[in-house]
Amino acid sequence: MNFKTKSISLAFALVAVAPLSAVQAEDAVIAQSDTINVASVSAVNTFNRNLKKETNINAAPSEDGIHDPANDSTHVLQPPKEAFSGFVTSKFGNYVDWVKTLEEGKINPRWDRINPAEEAFVMDMDIVREVKSSVPDVIFPHRQHTEWLACANCHPTIFIPQQNANQFNMSSILLGKDCGVCHGKVSFPVTTKSCGLCHSKPKPADWEPPMSQASLKNPWK
Amino acid sequence: MILNPLRKFINKFACVGILAGLVLMLGSQNVHAEYGDVVINNYSDAAGMRPAVFPHWFHRIRFRCKVCHADLGFEFKAGGNKITMAKIIDGQFCGACHNGEVAWSVENCNMCHSGNPGTPTHFHGSTVQRLVAPAYKSLESK
Ligand code: HEC
Ligand code: HEC
Ligand code: HEC
Ligand code: HEC
Ligand code: HEC
Ligand code: HEC
Repeated sequence: MNFKTKSISLAFALVAVAPLSAVQAEDAVIAQSDTINVASVSAVNTFNRNLKKETNINAAPSEDGIHDPANDSTHVLQPPKEAFSGFVTSKFGNYVDWVKTLEEGKINPRWDRINPAEEAFVMDMDIVREVKSSVPDVIFPHRQHTEWLACANCHPTIFIPQQNANQFNMSSILLGKDCGVCHGKVSFPVTTKSCGLCHSKPKPADWEPPMSQASLKNPWK
Repeated sequence: MILNPLRKFINKFACVGILAGLVLMLGSQNVHAEYGDVVINNYSDAAGMRPAVFPHWFHRIRFRCKVCHADLGFEFKAGGNKITMAKIIDGQFCGACHNGEVAWSVENCNMCHSGNPGTPTHFHGSTVQRLVAPAYKSLESK
């Protein structure tokens, strides 16, 4: 992975010196729209080269880049900003806190396709997963999930219903598996601002991360 | 100008550069699409229709996930349900609701077929796409 990143950045540097002006122009456009530019430094050395920032939050369909503005119906579709007005906000994803928005009764999505009176089968059971890292342990709350989902959405295809019977970690989640089947696509995404929603059980005050063997055995230390 | 051996080296990497540029281009487009929008384009382009766009955020205001993903049998996979118009008018998938009973009916073609032509089947604004290194490639081909 590391190697790949390096070769791509190397390629960028080389492309810029090569007489491939089309590619260069493309890069410049990207740099302008997504990053803060340092005065007139060449595009390859943009200040925060790899930083992706959302510039147009909750964009209307006609300007979101995936809908065709030439299609009349595109302009009939509801802009997210209008739909979300009055919802509890968050700092990521749809910029909506769906859990609180539901809890506070600002929406009442149906549990049944036809019958609006049918109620969700909610189960309040927390599962704690100890994390081998300095970050707080993970609490998986069944309550917020069963407000939206049926048991069969997760059990047994995504998770065997038995504590610690499933192996998962951050890499698998970031790749869209396990918790990442939903988190990162529809439910709140994984970003610096959302770590704490899953990692919510603080470690004991005297907790220290285990030392790496390589360093403990280092004869020069 | 550029020395010959260097130029060879450059040519070798130029295509990687273009690819990386394209990935960034896609990435910069995704930045604006609402989180949870799915473009479904297994067949639309080939049939001369705009790709279908499914807005999760819009539907989850009206239905819990369970309705579609348990009762109606939508798999958790963009493009994975092989939705066709034959199935829709038969009352499956989108057709379970877009039938003039629960929601507006199927003759409003361009309400669903509203995507930019040529957009691949994709999940928009996903964490995987936001990673600096495009780790999602391997998942897409899965
Ligand atoms: C469980 C029922 C249900 C299913 C399944 C469903 N929809 Fe909908 N959809 C609705 C309802 C209800 C509305 C709101 C109708 C209205 O505003 O009058 C809607 C509205 C929409 C809209 C318009 C959103 C807007 O901005 O007004 C689009 C586009 C759409 N659906 C696409 C789809 C597609 C594509 C599928 C299948 C992949 C699908 N829907 C499946 C119930 C459903
Ligand atoms: C969003 C996914 C999800 C949904 C929906 C869900 N669960 Fe779970 N469930 C989990 C996870 C994750 C675990 C923990 C697995 C582990 O630790 O390896 C778990 C664990 C369990 C366990 C084992 C508890 C233990 O102490 O060993 C049971 C029983 C269970 N779930 C029942 C249910 C029931 C009943 C429902 C529906 C009312 C349900 N689950 C809905 C994800 C889910
Ligand atoms: C099948 C889909 C699905 C899976 C798998 C899933 N979640 Fe969720 N999760 C949701 C939905 C839907 C919500 C409601 C909030 C939202 O959509 O942002 C939610 C909410 C949460 C919340 C509540 C946040 C709050 O504000 O109270 C936590 C914590 C959470 N998930 C952790 C996890 C963890 C940890 C895992 C993996 C063990 C996991 N989830 C797997 C769908 C899922
Ligand atoms: C959707 C829930 C969720 C979110 C959001 C989340 N994590 Fe995790 N994280 C987990 C789970 C589940 C584990 C695995 C716990 C276990 O081993 O049982 C984990 C494990 C970890 C570990 C231990 C190493 C590993 O890979 O197992 C670290 C470090 C970590 N997370 C950091 C983060 C950081 C930093 C963020 C924010 C960018 C974050 N996590 C966001 C659920 C989450
Ligand atoms: C409720 C949403 C919705 C409406 C309304 C709708 N479609 Fe579709 N249509 C879809 C989805 C989803 C697909 C699958 C897209 C894909 O994989 O490319 C699809 C696929 C197609 C395809 C390619 C696959 C096939 O079945 O041949 C054609 C052609 C098509 N639609 C034409 C139409 C026409 C014409 C109308 C209006 C009469 C229409 N659609 C109305 C959602 C819709
Ligand atoms: C109105 C129906 C509907 C509702 C409600 C709905 N979904 Fe979906 N979901 C879909 C459709 C349609 C797709 C795309 C399937 C396809 O392309 O074949 C999808 C795809 C997904 C995917 C697949 C992503 C991937 O890996 O490609 C996930 C995860 C998902 N939905 C989670 C959820 C969660 C969580 C909720 C509740 C907060 C939810 N959905 C509510 C219809 C719905």
